Amino acid sequence: MQVYLPIAEMSVNALAIVGMGWVAGVLSGLFGVGGGFLLTPFLIFLGVPAAIAVGTQANQLIGASVSGVLGHWRRGAVDVKMALVMLAGSAIGAALGVGIFGALQRLGQIDLVISLLYVVLLGFVGLSMLAESIVALIRGHPAQLVKRSSRGWLQRLPFQTRFPRSKLYVSSLLPLAIGVFGGVMVAVMGIGGGFLMVPAMIYILRMPASLIAGTSLLQIIATTAAVTLLQASVNHTVDVLLAMLLLVGGVIGAQLGTRLAAHLHGETARALLALLMVTVALGLAWHLIQQPQEPYSLVTEAPR
Amino acid sequence: MSPAPQPPSRCGRGLAAAIQLFLGSLLLLVLFGCPGAQAQALVADLSSHLVAISTGFTGTEVVLFGAVDGPGEIAVVVLGPKARVTVRRKEPVAGIWMNRRSVVFDQVPGFYAVATSRPLDGLATDPVLTRHGIGLDRLTLTAAPGTVIEPAELSLFREALVRGRLEAGLFSGGDGQVVFLGKRLFRTNLFFPADVVTGAYTVTVFLIRDGDVVHAQSTPLIVGKTGVSAEISEFAQRKPTWYGLTAIFGAFAIGLGAGTLMGKS
Repeated sequence: MQVYLPIAEMSVNALAIVGMGWVAGVLSGLFGVGGGFLLTPFLIFLGVPAAIAVGTQANQLIGASVSGVLGHWRRGAVDVKMALVMLAGSAIGAALGVGIFGALQRLGQIDLVISLLYVVLLGFVGLSMLAESIVALIRGHPAQLVKRSSRGWLQRLPFQTRFPRSKLYVSSLLPLAIGVFGGVMVAVMGIGGGFLMVPAMIYILRMPASLIAGTSLLQIIATTAAVTLLQASVNHTVDVLLAMLLLVGGVIGAQLGTRLAAHLHGETARALLALLMVTVALGLAWHLIQQPQEPYSLVTEAPR
Repeated sequence: MSPAPQPPSRCGRGLAAAIQLFLGSLLLLVLFGCPGAQAQALVADLSSHLVAISTGFTGTEVVLFGAVDGPGEIAVVVLGPKARVTVRRKEPVAGIWMNRRSVVFDQVPGFYAVATSRPLDGLATDPVLTRHGIGLDRLTLTAAPGTVIEPAELSLFREALVRGRLEAGLFSGGDGQVVFLGKRLFRTNLFFPADVVTGAYTVTVFLIRDGDVVHAQSTPLIVGKTGVSAEISEFAQRKPTWYGLTAIFGAFAIGLGAGTLMGKS
């Protein structure tokens, strides 16, 4: 079934899009990740312009994260104050990211930068997760996530603030900085960035593990909403039809994923996710170093 | 990524042929039947002046038909809206293929197709074909003013531009056939693929005698979005902030609905 995407201005197979959304949904239910790191490269591979793939992904992530956060919200596993501070940062990061995106696009290097960021970030996080999981699986007990060590200069930063829900007393600059980073990632890479925010919240903020998923999801919702608004009004790169097709597949897939997650050992799930991340990183890296069949590419300016 | 063009249904083809024959006979009447009517050497029209891109659009065909007052060959050129195109070339840098050199071309048509009643080569003299832009090889594609590049390099970029457009199905060179039905009536089918550019097109019909263009007629053709896809893109252009808010709301609604359902099950 072919559907004409009004903003991307191309005809795509609706079932392929819904199917891909479904796969990302299964993963998000299974591993608790947004699946953006699979969808954005997939859309670009389909021929959707990178700018529209990224802008639309921000829109898609809102829905995926909303459905994910509800469960955590019911259990009260969300630190709203922390999420708000991070959001302030991600609003700055989103504006910054949308600007960076536009500049890179004019230079013709946006696809390269997106691919490189994916390779480096997915590869690094994926490999370290894989190593941790393998060690844990061999030893037969979960990896020691938090290594207690003195935080040194981090504790001497100004704006020390109390976060009662997380039982933390840290500088607001830390969650703010993490937020800025997250905002840039949503705007430039079209991913929620959960796979990077979560380690940052564990290792840098030292938040209780039970609060991390819910808090990062709430933060991602706000960030992706801000990015959607910016991309739509500044760059005109949000295709609602594409986003809704992905979402429909995503929410159906998430149900299956959640059910599957109950049967999957936590450490095994983590190892599988890590493997997937490394595979995507390797695939993109191969694409970068392989001689392209067609080295030339065309970009048509919108006629005025 | 464009899907394979779907052949029009038999019924559609039959209908189109019938309409075209009917209109063709009307044209003949107008041309030669009415005494006192000013004789026109060339009359042509399209089965439709609007290509409507709806949500299910997979490409479409427009029939061009016409009549001439005497012998001659026909060439039809379809030109899409012109825009600036940047052609970039990837080169290896430290083992990574990245975009390096680029050339900006001005006034590149978003669509170009030619159909002729006999092979292009013998149709007219080279200067004539070049002057009227008949044939893909004669299409003038010029680099933006101020571009500094060796001619050999420039032609590589120009070839890449044409190659890219050909692959996208947006350019076609001399593939189309103009068919004469009898001595006066002619017709050809113009195909527009799914990824066709929206905007104002011109379809120009040339009447060629003894290697020179003796008459030409231009007909406008609009390619535009209709229905839901038109409304969405218009909304996105006119009220981008509201469009963004609607997109956010839509995603929220789907997420909330799904999350609530999942919570219950």
